[in-house]
This record gives sequence, structure tokens and C-alpha cells, in this order.
Amino acid sequence: MWHTIDSDQELLRDTTMRYLAEKVPLARQRKDRDDPAGFDADYWAAGAELGWTSLLVTEADGGGSVSGKGAVDLALIAYAFGRHAAPGPLVDCNVTAAALSGQAGELQSAALADLISGAGIAACCLGAAPWQQPGEAAISIGKDGGDILINGSIRPVESAGQAKYFLVTGRSDAGFTQVLLPADAPGITIKPLKALDVSRKFASVTFENVRAPAAALLGAFGRAAEPLARQIQNAAVILAAESVGAMDAAFDMTLDWAFQRYTFGRALASYQALKHRFADMKHWLEASHALADAAADAVAAQSLLAADTTSAAKSYIGQYGVELVQDCVQMFGGIGVTYEHDLHFFLRRVTLNSRLYGTPAEHRRLLAATQIEQEQAA
Amino acid sequence: MSETMDLIESVEEFRGRARDWIAANLGPIQPWDLSQHCENDAVELVAVARDRALQRQLYDGGFAGICVPPDLDGQGLTPAHQRAFNEELAGYEFPSRFQVPTFNPCLAVLLEFATPAQKKKHIPAILKGEEVWVQMLSEPGGGSDVAGASTGAVRDGDDWLLNGSKVWTSRAWWADWGLCLARTNWNVPKHQGLTVFLVPLRTPGMEIHRIERLSGETEACQEFLTDVRIPDSYRVGEIDAGWSIGTRWMYYERIGHNSPFVTHPIGLTKKTAEGPTIIQIARKAGRLDDPATRELIGESRTLDIVTHELQRRLAAAAASGKGNTDLSSIDRLARGMAGARKASIAFELAGSTAAAWTEEEDVGYGPPGMQFLMRQVSCIGGGTTEISRNVIAERVLGMPREPSGDRNVAYRDIPRGPKRG
Ligand SMILES: Cc1cc2nc3c(=O)[nH]c(=O)nc-3n(C[C@H](O)[C@H](O)[C@H](O)COP(=O)(O)OP(=O)(O)OC[C@H]3O[C@@H](n4cnc5c(N)ncnc54)[C@H](O)[C@@H]3O)c2cc1C
Repeated sequence: MWHTIDSDQELLRDTTMRYLAEKVPLARQRKDRDDPAGFDADYWAAGAELGWTSLLVTEADGGGSVSGKGAVDLALIAYAFGRHAAPGPLVDCNVTAAALSGQAGELQSAALADLISGAGIAACCLGAAPWQQPGEAAISIGKDGGDILINGSIRPVESAGQAKYFLVTGRSDAGFTQVLLPADAPGITIKPLKALDVSRKFASVTFENVRAPAAALLGAFGRAAEPLARQIQNAAVILAAESVGAMDAAFDMTLDWAFQRYTFGRALASYQALKHRFADMKHWLEASHALADAAADAVAAQSLLAADTTSAAKSYIGQYGVELVQDCVQMFGGIGVTYEHDLHFFLRRVTLNSRLYGTPAEHRRLLAATQIEQEQAA
Repeated sequence: MSETMDLIESVEEFRGRARDWIAANLGPIQPWDLSQHCENDAVELVAVARDRALQRQLYDGGFAGICVPPDLDGQGLTPAHQRAFNEELAGYEFPSRFQVPTFNPCLAVLLEFATPAQKKKHIPAILKGEEVWVQMLSEPGGGSDVAGASTGAVRDGDDWLLNGSKVWTSRAWWADWGLCLARTNWNVPKHQGLTVFLVPLRTPGMEIHRIERLSGETEACQEFLTDVRIPDSYRVGEIDAGWSIGTRWMYYERIGHNSPFVTHPIGLTKKTAEGPTIIQIARKAGRLDDPATRELIGESRTLDIVTHELQRRLAAAAASGKGNTDLSSIDRLARGMAGARKASIAFELAGSTAAAWTEEEDVGYGPPGMQFLMRQVSCIGGGTTEISRNVIAERVLGMPREPSGDRNVAYRDIPRGPKRG
């Protein structure tokens, strides 16, 4: 993580670190794997009090950062989540809270207040994304008289079963559109799925002629491309920092093991073939830290390179985070693929994160599109 | 500390001054700045003369040696100032042949270890564009095992006589001075018998041959030294204590262009590589709209960003005092792997056209096919990626050292391969 964070940021991170160590140790997560939510409401509400969901929200809307750089502060929390493989919809709640900050509307204000207090959570239904061709959208959002009509089905959606609100992204011929729905709106079906992670749970969400008033729109109809891009950047910052936390945890335990495990009368750490693999892992780890930090900085500063940097972080960490932890598994040998060992929590976490809000391949295509546009403009 | 901080120009003020000066004095970046390689010797010598003049211009403008102390004609500023200058330099020409290895590692080593008289003689001359330096480390007998150097220096009155051979020395055929690691004692273990010398390249007994690389370029040289006579005043540091300089030298070499002494354009928005972009390559091959192509283009861009950000991170670690100098080997490994992967991506995108090309397409290090053949250079030059991995494992992660056949053995008794010098 950052070489220079101030004492307030340190306090923010360390408080969450301690809280997670106490509330959701791996031993407990291992035992509670069949809990359909993966966490309980109190855990989340107390976490919200530590600032988990308010860092991207303006002060006027009841939020506020610690350092003036909300994305950086949030990345510190996400890093702590990664180190503990902690449960909870950190990504979707923050993405939604940031999207709602500054929005008018009754439902919007109520949802934002719930998110900040932790009383209610939101789930994002990313039914259309900038890396897709227009025809590939999973959710269509159209107009029907004065109403908005939502159709389609999307998966995976995190904590859909626990969500009080859905932030739904879909497409029509007019372009990307986003609406905020109460989770109990008629026409919504939620079907739990089995997922990669032990404690982060997912479902599929189907919208069948779901009707919403125009007031449910976030921004103008067909004009959500830009806010959606910002939401993806926010998500990428959180996912990247969280994966880096998980990579650090996995790497640290594997490095210890390399010194303790002896074969043929020598420590694993003494074999050059393995030393070189550790050197490669260290390279990926430092590079991932650098990108995760740069992504948070760029988003906090709303830099012109924010899109490129977040996509680079998402694609690089999505690839090398997974490679790194798979290599850790290899270094452990047989015990590395058991449920009893801690390592799999981190393997699950980096692997899961690589699939959310755009895969490495999808972010590479985004990067390429920007590059091609810029070269044509030049 | 804070008192001196108040005295120097703020980075932002400096940046503004640099921006104005650069715009008023420098032309656009040239192909030979980016590739460091010219189509023939005549063009190369024109580029060299241009570089010397540009370096003099920087000197006269007050921008040479930004981190060099003022009593040696430098600007006495900080790495942050150099970085700001480098950012402002994006898109402009610069004295590219002066940077590595003249400013780093050679000037960096001189600044840390040379006598006051040696510094006075050489450092202002470097800043004025009068001296280009090369590093004379690698030998026919081995490059990775730098401390195994066998080129000998024997005392002769007030002088030293140098005999042996150095190899892979880039630019020695036109450069001025060499920083040379030589053996002064054969009866002690290898690290204890080395001494560093300043060696003029145009001097009796120094024979310089060119070596052709597989791409056809002939930048690399081999020097044959036969009784090259230099005065004792050209010795740096104590006799036989050269390895204490050598370890710092290796550190400087690993950081390469990231040294605070190096002036070169940086940034993610302007062109910093020679030849057609991979987008142009893909378009020419008619596959720009293929999703697989897009993914490769995005991967290449990701590698640029990660290389840039990793350097920033490691520089911040160094500045905060938290990083150890061996962290630089992570950057070296990253640059090596990224360079090789990017060459492979360009090659892949070029498709079958990478197999053969026209005269016009043969610019810089050449079209994607030739760049691909030369791919491993990024993992060899400046110390190999394997050696970096050893350093990361042993000195960053603290893993046991490799067994070696030369520890505590007098240099003359070290086992050698059949061809070793
Ligand atoms: C473009 C370019 C420019 C160069 N410029 C200069 C220059 O200006 N001055 C200069 O002095 N030299 C220069 N070099 C030389 C360069 O530093 C050496 O080629 C390099 O250090 C490797 O040395 P070597 O070629 O003798 O290979 P060797 O040392 O013989 O190594 C051969 C192979 O074995 C591997 N290896 C060796 N030892 C180990 C080990 N302990 N563990 C694991 N693997 C090992 C190496 O990584 C390599 O793959 C340049 C090289 C290139 C390609």
C-alpha cells in the first residue's frame, strides 16, 4: 500500500483491520459457509459506522472522506477486506452510494441514508457495460408512456437476496440508462447461485416487465454512459485494492512456508527454481500495489488518466493476482488445495474479483478503444 | 534540512521555468532519441554531435545536472525537480546518448566515490557535453559475475598498466571515457582484489572492435587492452577495494533511466517509443477490429502503465527511506519482462507481414519481426533478469544464497570453464 498515509488514514485502516480480525476470522467464515447471506446485519451496520460506505459521498449528503481523497481512503478499507477475505457488499454499496450522492428524489435520498447508516444495502445489476457491443446488453430499459419498463436477467449479482435496493443498468436504442428500484418491486425474481467465494454470496436477478416511475431514473434516460464509466472506475479501485490485500496475505503465508518447509534436507527457500518463482511473485505483487494505488489516486483526483489507470489495474491485477495465488498453491503442494488451509480464501477472493465489473480481457478492450480514439484524434 | 528546503526553488516554480525554456529551445523528439540507433555510422555521428550540442544548451540554460551539486556546475535540486523536468520534456528532443550510461551509472559513481580533483575534472565536462562515458564491466569470460573480472591492472611506478579485454561496451567506438573494473590482486577471493579506474578510450594500447548484433547494428564494442598506461590519479577509491564501489555501481545500473541524474521524457500521453504504434501495425495487418487484437493492444497499454507506476512506487519508497536499494531489481525485472512481452505483442499483431519488410519500414530497431528477434535484449542488457531474480529472492526476500564455487577461494584458484579468459 501507500508509503505515505497520514495518521487519520492509518487509524481508519487499522480500526477496520481490528474489527475484521475480531468479527470475521477465517475460522468463523469456514464454519459459517452455509449462511445464505455470508454476514449478519449487525456486522454490516457497525462497519458502516467505521466509514465503510460514506467515503465517496459528499459531506452535503452525509458522507465525507478522511483525507480529502475519498477513493484513496476507501481503498485502504478495501485492502483490509482483502487481507481478511472479509464478507460484505463493499463494492456495490459504495458504487451505489457514490452514484446517489447529489441525486434528487425521495427513493434516492432514502436509499443513500440507508447505505450510509448501514441499515440497508444495495446491489448493482450491471445489465449493460461499455465493453459490450450494444446488442449484447442483458437488460433493456425502455419507456412505456410516462413509466420506465425494465426487462432482462443478469448474473452474478452480489448480496441480491439481502439487498433493499437495486441499481439497475440497462440499454435501449437511446443508450445506457440507470434506475434505482426497491428490491421488492413486482416482477423481480431472485435466484441464489453457488459462487467462488466462501462468504460473498451471489444470485441471478430477473426483471419481467418491471415498471418504475420516471423519478426512479438516475440522470436522464439514455444518458448514463458517463456516470456508468465513473461507477466502473470506483468499483475497479475497490476490487483492485481488495485483491492486493488478498495477494499480500497469500504471499506472506507462502513466504513463511518456504522457510519452514524442508525437502531433501533443505528449505524450499534455498532452491533457485523456487526462489525465481518467488521473485516473479514479488514483481507482480509490487506492480499490483503500484497500480491499485495509482488507480485510487487517479480516481480521487478525477485525473484524465483515471479510466486508463483503473482499467490497467483491473486487467493486470485480475490476471497476475490470480497467477500469484495459484503459484502460492503450487508452493504449498497438496495442503494448498484443502478446505482446512487458509490459502483458498485468498485464491477465491482474487479470482472472484477478476470476474466482477469487467474481466481482464474486457478492460483491455476498453483500453484499446481509448487508445485508438486518441490516435485518431491526434 | 528545512532551512535549505526553503532556499531552493519549489518544484512547481521550476516546472514552469522548465516548460518555458524547453518550448523556446528544443525541437520535436527525433527517431534517434527514441531508438538510440541510427541506420549507419555517419548518421550516428551526426546524432552524437547534435547530442553534445544539446547537452551544452542544457548547461547554458541552467538545466544540466539538476541533482548535481552547484560547486560541480550542477543545479543542486532534488529528484522531484528532475522528474518534473522529465515530464515537461515529453515530446521534445534531448541528448539521449548522454543519459545511460554517462549520467547513470558513470556520473553517479563518480559523484559518490571520485576524489575532489577527479570530480572537478570530469563532472562539469560531462554537464557541458564534452565527455561521453561508457561502462567497462562485462568481459568475454562473463558478464553476470561482474566481480569475476579478469582484466588486470599492475602498478608500474606512478602509473598502472592495464591488460585484458572488455566486451559489449555500447558506444565505445565514439565515446570518450570508460569506467573500468579491473583486477589488481589475484591472490585473494574475487571481491577483495578489484579496483576501479577512469580510462580514456583514445589512448595507446586500446584497440576497439565493433560487434555486429543479429539485427545488423554494430553499437556494441570489444576493447582489447595491451599495456594501456594510466596515471595513479585515474584510480577511484582504494586499491583492491573496488567491489565496495561495484555494489553501488550495480545498484545504479539496475535503476537505469530512473536515476535522478537522467534526463529523458516520461509520461503516458506522448510518444516514447520508436517506430509504428501497435495500433498502426494492427491496422496495416487489417485486424484492428478483431476483439483478440483489441485485447493485445490493451495489454500492451497496461504494460506501459504498470511500468510507469511501478517506477513511481519504488521511487517513493526510496524517497521515504523505507525501501532498500535492492528493490530496484524489481523494477529491472519488470522492465525486462514488459519489454519482451510488448515485442511479442507487436509481432503477433503484425501477422505474416512480420516475416519480410520494405526498406521504408526498416526504421529504428526495425519492424516488428526484427524487434521480435531482438526481444531478449530487454532481459539481458544492464544485468540479466535471472540475476535480478536472484537479488530479489536473496536480498529483498532474505532467501538463502546460491551455493557458489568461488567463495573464500583465491581468485587464481577459482574453477573456470574451458574458454574463460
Ligand atoms: C544491449 C546490450 C548492451 C550492453 N551494454 C553493456 C555495456 O555498455 N557495458 C558492459 O560492460 N556490458 C554491457 N552489456 C553486457 C551485459 O551486461 C551482459 O550481457 C549481461 O550482464 C550478461 O552477461 P553475459 O552476457 O556474460 O552472460 P552470462 O553471465 O554468461 O550468463 C548467461 C546466462 O546465464 C544466466 N546466469 C548466469 N549466472 C546466473 C546465476 N547465478 N543464476 C541464474 N542464472 C544465471 C544469465 O542470466 C544468462 O541467461 C550489454 C548487453 C546488451 C544486450
